[in-house]
Amino acid sequence: MANILEVQNLVKNYGAFQAVKGVSFNIQEGEIFSLLGPNGAGKTTTISMLSTLYQPTSGDAQIAGHSIVKEPMQVKRAIGVVPQELALYEDLSAKENLVFWGQMYGLSGKALSARVDEVLEQIGLTDKARDKVKTYSGGMKRRVNIGVGLLHKPRLLFMDEPTVGIDPQSRRAILDTVKDLNQHGMTVLYTTHYMEEAEELSNRVGIIDHGELIAIGTQKELTKQVGENETLLLHIGEQEEPAALATALKGLPNVLDINVVNAEISVVTSSAKDILASVVGAANARGIKIHSIDIREPNLEAVFLHLTGRALRD
Amino acid sequence: MLKTFIIGFKDLKLAFRDRAALILMLAAPFLVTVGMGLVTGRFSGTDQSGALNIPVVVVNLDNDAIGNALVEVFNSSELADLLEPTASSDAEAARRQVDEDQIVAAIIIPAGFTQSVIPTNGVASSPIQIEFYANPSRPTSAGIIKTILDGFLARIDEMQIGGLTSITQLIASGKISPQEANQAGAEMGKRFEAGGTTYAETAAIKINSSTTATETNDFDPLAFFAPSMALMFLMYTVSYGGRSILAEETQGTLPRLLATPTTSVQILGGKIFGIFLTGLAQMLILIGASSLFFQLKWGDALGVVLLVCAAVFGATGWGLLITALARTPAQVGSVGTAVMLIFAVLGGSFFQLSNMPPIMQAFSKITPNAWALDGFSTLALGGKLAAIAPPITALLTMGLILFLISAALFGKKNLAQK
Repeated sequence: MANILEVQNLVKNYGAFQAVKGVSFNIQEGEIFSLLGPNGAGKTTTISMLSTLYQPTSGDAQIAGHSIVKEPMQVKRAIGVVPQELALYEDLSAKENLVFWGQMYGLSGKALSARVDEVLEQIGLTDKARDKVKTYSGGMKRRVNIGVGLLHKPRLLFMDEPTVGIDPQSRRAILDTVKDLNQHGMTVLYTTHYMEEAEELSNRVGIIDHGELIAIGTQKELTKQVGENETLLLHIGEQEEPAALATALKGLPNVLDINVVNAEISVVTSSAKDILASVVGAANARGIKIHSIDIREPNLEAVFLHLTGRALRD
Repeated sequence: MLKTFIIGFKDLKLAFRDRAALILMLAAPFLVTVGMGLVTGRFSGTDQSGALNIPVVVVNLDNDAIGNALVEVFNSSELADLLEPTASSDAEAARRQVDEDQIVAAIIIPAGFTQSVIPTNGVASSPIQIEFYANPSRPTSAGIIKTILDGFLARIDEMQIGGLTSITQLIASGKISPQEANQAGAEMGKRFEAGGTTYAETAAIKINSSTTATETNDFDPLAFFAPSMALMFLMYTVSYGGRSILAEETQGTLPRLLATPTTSVQILGGKIFGIFLTGLAQMLILIGASSLFFQLKWGDALGVVLLVCAAVFGATGWGLLITALARTPAQVGSVGTAVMLIFAVLGGSFFQLSNMPPIMQAFSKITPNAWALDGFSTLALGGKLAAIAPPITALLTMGLILFLISAALFGKKNLAQK
C-alpha cells in the first residue's frame, strides 16, 4: 500500500514552548492510524498542522503527494476534518449545514444534493434532516459534525477526539461509523486519549506524549515492548505514604518494575495472581489502606505506562 | 467569488433566524419610529395626506402693521394644512398652554414692535424682539414654526436695511440733510403702506409660504424619524455582523472553513458581504414597512436605493473596524452598542444637527448617520439623485477607508493561520 501521509520532522513552537517536537510517521492508504496520548500531548496541534490550519515551525508533511506547507489548497481538497469541538451552525438544520459545507468543498447542483442525502443516510439523520441542529442531542450533533467531514469523499479523514463528552451509545455509533468508513476504503487518522478506542479501531498506533512520538506500530508490536508482563495497579488513600509500600514491594519475587504516581502504585510483574496476597500483606503490615486493585493485561495503557511511567489518563 | 456569496447569504439567513437580533434590527427601529410619530402628533390628524395642523398661538400685542402682517402670515390659506393658529392677547396664558403641551409654540409680538422697526414721526424706539416660546418635546413641529417666523423676520430685516441704505444715500447725495433723515424714513414707511404692499405679500414671505407649502406635501416628521431610527439600528446590525466573525472563530466554524479549499480572502469577503446584505435587508424592510404602514414618501426610488447601499457600506466599514479592534465577540457587542448610541446622538438621529454646537456638527461627519440622514432628508424634500451625490460620495469614501484600515488590522491578527 502506498503512503497517503508522510510526516517529516514536524515541529511547532509557541515562543519558548515546544508543542510538537519533530514528529515523523507515515500512514498507508486504507488504514486507520490512531494517535494515542493524554490531553496536552500535542495530538490536536499535529492534526491542525496537517490540515494546514497551523503553520509548522519546521518540517513538512506530504498528503496525497502534496506538501502541507507549499500546496495547502491541494491538501485541503484531499482531506476531511472532524474537529474535536462541534463546528456547526446551530441555527441551520442538518441538511442546511451539510449543503453549506458541501458548497465550501466545491460541490454543487445535483451532485451536492445527492451527496447530502447519502451522508444524512450514513449518519442516520434523514428523518431529522430539516430540524435545526440546536434541537439535537449531543450525539446527534456529533454525527452531523462527522458528516460534514465526509461530504466530499476525502481520501484522508482526520478525526480529532470525536467521542469526547458524549454518551456511550453515541460513542458506540461513532466507532462503528469509523469502522464502516474504513471498510469502504477511507483512510483515517484518529486521535484519542482513550486506549480502548485506539485498540478497537486502529491498524497502527502512534503514542504521543509531551509533543514527542514515543512509539509507533501495530498493537501487537507495541505490547511486545512490555513483554507478556501484567500490571497490578494499586490505588491507595491520598493521605497514605506510597513510597514506603513501593520500597517493600520491590523486594517481592516476580516484581519487575514499580512506578508511583500520586496515590497510585503500578507494579509490573510476570504473574499478578502470584504476588497479589503478598502485596496486600505488605500494605497491611504498614497500615496502608488499599482502595482498589486492578490487574491489567499487556495493552496500550501498559505500553504508555512502560514508556512514560505515567498512566494515560494523568 | 461564488463561495463569498454563499458565505454572505448563509450569514443573512442566520441573522434573520436570530430572534433577539430581529427585535433590534427590525422591531425596535419600527416601534421607536411609531413612538416618535405619536409624540410629534404624526398619527393624531384625520387627514392622511400629510397635513400636520401644528397648534400655535400668536399673541399680537403690537397691533400695528408688522404684528398684523405676521398674524396674517400664520393665518394664510397656504399654511392652513400645516398650522392650526389661534389668536390671543394673553402672553402668559399662551406660555402656559405650551408648558402644558397643549400647543407646540407661542409667538408673542410685543407692543411697539412695528415702531421699533419703522420709526414713525421721527421717533425710533429701542429694539424689541418677538418672543418664540416653543415646546421642547416637539422639536420638529417647533422647528417648522420657527422656520416660518425666521423667514418673515428676515424680510423685515431686509426692508429695514433697505430703508437705512436709502436714507444714507439721500444724505450722501445732498438731497436731504441729516436732520431730515427721521422725517424721510417715516415718509418712506407711510408710502410703503400706502402703496398697498402688505408685509404678508412681500416676495420673501411668499417664498417662505411656498416653501412651507412644499413641506405641507412632503415634509413629514416620520421622514426624519424613520431614517434616523433605521440608521441608528443599522449600526447595531453591522456590529452584530462583525461579532459573527469572531464568534465563528470561538465556535470553531472559522477554523473548519479554513480547513476547506476556501481562501481566507473568500471567507473574510463572505463575512463582509453578509454584514452588508443583512444591513441592506434591514434598511429596505424598514423603508418598505414605513412606506406601507405610514404612507411615508422617501423620495426618488433610485436615489433611496443608492443612498441605502452607500449608508450600509459606510456602516459596514465601522462594524469591521470595531471587530478588527476587539478581541472577543462580547467586546464587539458592548463597543458596538456604545458606538450605535454615540453615532445616533452625533449623527442627528435624536436632535437636529442644526441645533448642535459647531464642534458637534463637525464631529458628526465621521458618522454614517449624519451623511445618510442628510441624503434622506434631501430626497424626502424632493431632491433628486444629483442632490445626494455628496452624502453618497462621503459614505463610500468612509466605507473604503475603514475597510482598508480593518483589512490591515485583520492581517495583523492573522485569522487564517496560527
